Amino acid sequence: MSRVAVLEGGQSLERQVSLRSGARVRDALERLGHDVVAIDVGPDLVERLTDARADVAFVALHGRDGEDGTVQEILELVGIPYTASGPSACMRCMDKVLAKHALRDAGLPTPDFYAFSQTAFESLGAAHALPAIEERLDFPIVIKPASQGSALGIRFAPSAAEVPAAIIAAFSYDTKVLLERHVAGRELAVSVVDGPDGPEALPVVEAIPRGGDHYDFEARYEIGRTDFVCPAELDAETTQAAQSLALEAYRVLGCYGFARIDLMLDAASGELTVLEANAIPGLTETSLLPQAAEAGGLSFDAFVERVLDLALQRMAA
Amino acid sequence: MSPSRTTARDLERYAGLFARRTQEMKSSAMRDLMAITARPEVISLAGGLPDTTCFPSEDMAALMSRVAADASARALQYGPTEGMDELKDCIVQVMAEEGMDVGADELLITTGGQQVIDLVCKTLIDPGDVIVAEGPTYPGAVPTFGAYQADVVQIEMDADGMRVDLLEETLDRLEADGRTPKFVYTVPTFQNPAGVTMSLERRHELVRIAKQRELFVLEDNPYGLLRYEGEPLPPLYALDGGEFVIYLGTFSKILSPGLRLGWTAAPRPVLEKLNLGKQGVDLCSSTFSQFFVVEYFKRRDWRRLLGSFRDVYRQRRDVLLDALTEHFPGDAEWTRPGGGLFIWATLPSYIDTTDLLARALREHVAFVPGRAAYLDGRGGSSMRLNFSGVSEDDLREGVRRIGKVVNEQVRLYSTLTGTEPAAPRRAPGAENPPGAGHAGDSDDPGARIVPLRRRAGGER
Repeated sequence: MSRVAVLEGGQSLERQVSLRSGARVRDALERLGHDVVAIDVGPDLVERLTDARADVAFVALHGRDGEDGTVQEILELVGIPYTASGPSACMRCMDKVLAKHALRDAGLPTPDFYAFSQTAFESLGAAHALPAIEERLDFPIVIKPASQGSALGIRFAPSAAEVPAAIIAAFSYDTKVLLERHVAGRELAVSVVDGPDGPEALPVVEAIPRGGDHYDFEARYEIGRTDFVCPAELDAETTQAAQSLALEAYRVLGCYGFARIDLMLDAASGELTVLEANAIPGLTETSLLPQAAEAGGLSFDAFVERVLDLALQRMAA
Repeated sequence: MSPSRTTARDLERYAGLFARRTQEMKSSAMRDLMAITARPEVISLAGGLPDTTCFPSEDMAALMSRVAADASARALQYGPTEGMDELKDCIVQVMAEEGMDVGADELLITTGGQQVIDLVCKTLIDPGDVIVAEGPTYPGAVPTFGAYQADVVQIEMDADGMRVDLLEETLDRLEADGRTPKFVYTVPTFQNPAGVTMSLERRHELVRIAKQRELFVLEDNPYGLLRYEGEPLPPLYALDGGEFVIYLGTFSKILSPGLRLGWTAAPRPVLEKLNLGKQGVDLCSSTFSQFFVVEYFKRRDWRRLLGSFRDVYRQRRDVLLDALTEHFPGDAEWTRPGGGLFIWATLPSYIDTTDLLARALREHVAFVPGRAAYLDGRGGSSMRLNFSGVSEDDLREGVRRIGKVVNEQVRLYSTLTGTEPAAPRRAPGAENPPGAGHAGDSDDPGARIVPLRRRAGGER
């Protein structure tokens, strides 16, 4: 039995999801017989971590601060073992631009992209490069903030006219934006959990927007507007290819404990590409990783226990 | 284990038991954004709160002791569903203040005005029935309409409120499709969120249409008495004589929202159904609150308190209008309400106010994104700003911060498109000081404050 501090909430835009993830993790930890203390992450974090005298911290935070390496650096500093990836992997996953560069450098497929900071547009005349980008990526172009975890700020630009407003929307969330080639096809999510024999890929989940509107990212945020199929209906070969691509991405990005890799299966070419990685994916009742774990025979409690053991092992190593 | 926590199995088990209408009760990105506007460091212009500090605390203490001393047992007891007769007498006074003649037996006291919206839907709406509302409409009514699975059709507004001509067109169109709306929901005076007021001519028109088509109008009038300038207009209820207009009133804005007391005046057959509906919901509204209000009307001058609300809010409205002129870009537009609690501002169409809110929250300031006031995705470039519940300093600072992020996006857009940003608005000058005119003063050439503009057809 350990004394576990569950870090949840925080001030990111995904606070609500994080509170639900945290509550569910706490339930599991209590069932497993651990002594649990919940910490809603705020300015008193270091103080509360010290006071909690926890043996280990379960990081159930999503988005800014909690998933981008900030809280992980603090945990390293305070010397408390913690779940999931370390600071550098968190930074790489949270920043889609860094992640895509790392994947591309390692030879893993990811849709073509260009990324710009606000300064590039304001001081370096990057706007003049837009026509060239638009030509190279083809319409529709997907425009995303580099670091937002949920669907907020993601837009499709069907033509050049929509690009400026989409860029402005994305800059509402981050100082860096990503312009990415749109892949028309099936959206797959592969969760990876570390195990005794190294990382293992869980069954593939497919997200199918109701009404077939793949352009409506907001739909993914609303319960009942997207259906999730797990395991995804794919042939054995594609399933295996998706899982091994996810495992490679997990390694390249340096993840630890668990993560979720989002992929696209190109409808025309059948090619798989990596869209992004989530260092701390949602752990709520409706989140994808827990669903995949259950489909793969790993109960939520067993998942939590394993992740906690991994945190303690890393510290010992 | 706290009961708020559920396991995956629980969720699945519960999900099968949920009514179909709960599918309309959506979780949305905007709701998650709004959840973090409540942080203490955030200056929130997103609320709609009266300033309850206007209510003298010694009055509250004195009145509460009196209720306790004189009527303790009764105040702690259940009361009649329709409400206490003594309170109805107070409501008759309040309604008379706006020129309405109502009998005590035509009133039903409710738990806030919000309950009237719910009860009217419960009484009139079958799934798929049409409700006609203003566009934008009161964001708080949206989930209620959704819960009754109503199909809401929104009618555009301008400086003179709901475009009644468009209402008639829409009613004809619906009729051609074999659909008759059950009621028209309107906040005719100092509308929430738009801040505009329906003109007298349109009021007459609306009442005529309702009679002619035998269609109910739900007149939501929380702000009518919060007029800061200009001549009062008669409520629809006064013009219609209570035939097809169901009236919604509340003590929330003239006394305090914590009392949770509102009322409805409606034709008797409707009132009976509303009463039955209310019995099922809460048997009666708080007896204690009702005693408190009755005591208040007996011992204090409610018009005086109303006067202090007006003075504080008028001043705050002017501060907000000045701040908008100073900090918002030249091509932004906003309404100039002659009363009420809200201003509706519309930014250039390339700015999305839901995304902008995420950016604004990093500057610790919040507003309601316009989309919350529409059911059809419109309102993307608009925002609702409240001035009643925010101090003058916070209003100035809040608008400065919003202006900063808006101007940042305006500059970025002009960089991206190679266009010139609109000329900055001139500084507030003596020649046309905000606060000098009155609502809908659109013929004043000096006024840059343009009421609710018509949106391009493509956005409808």
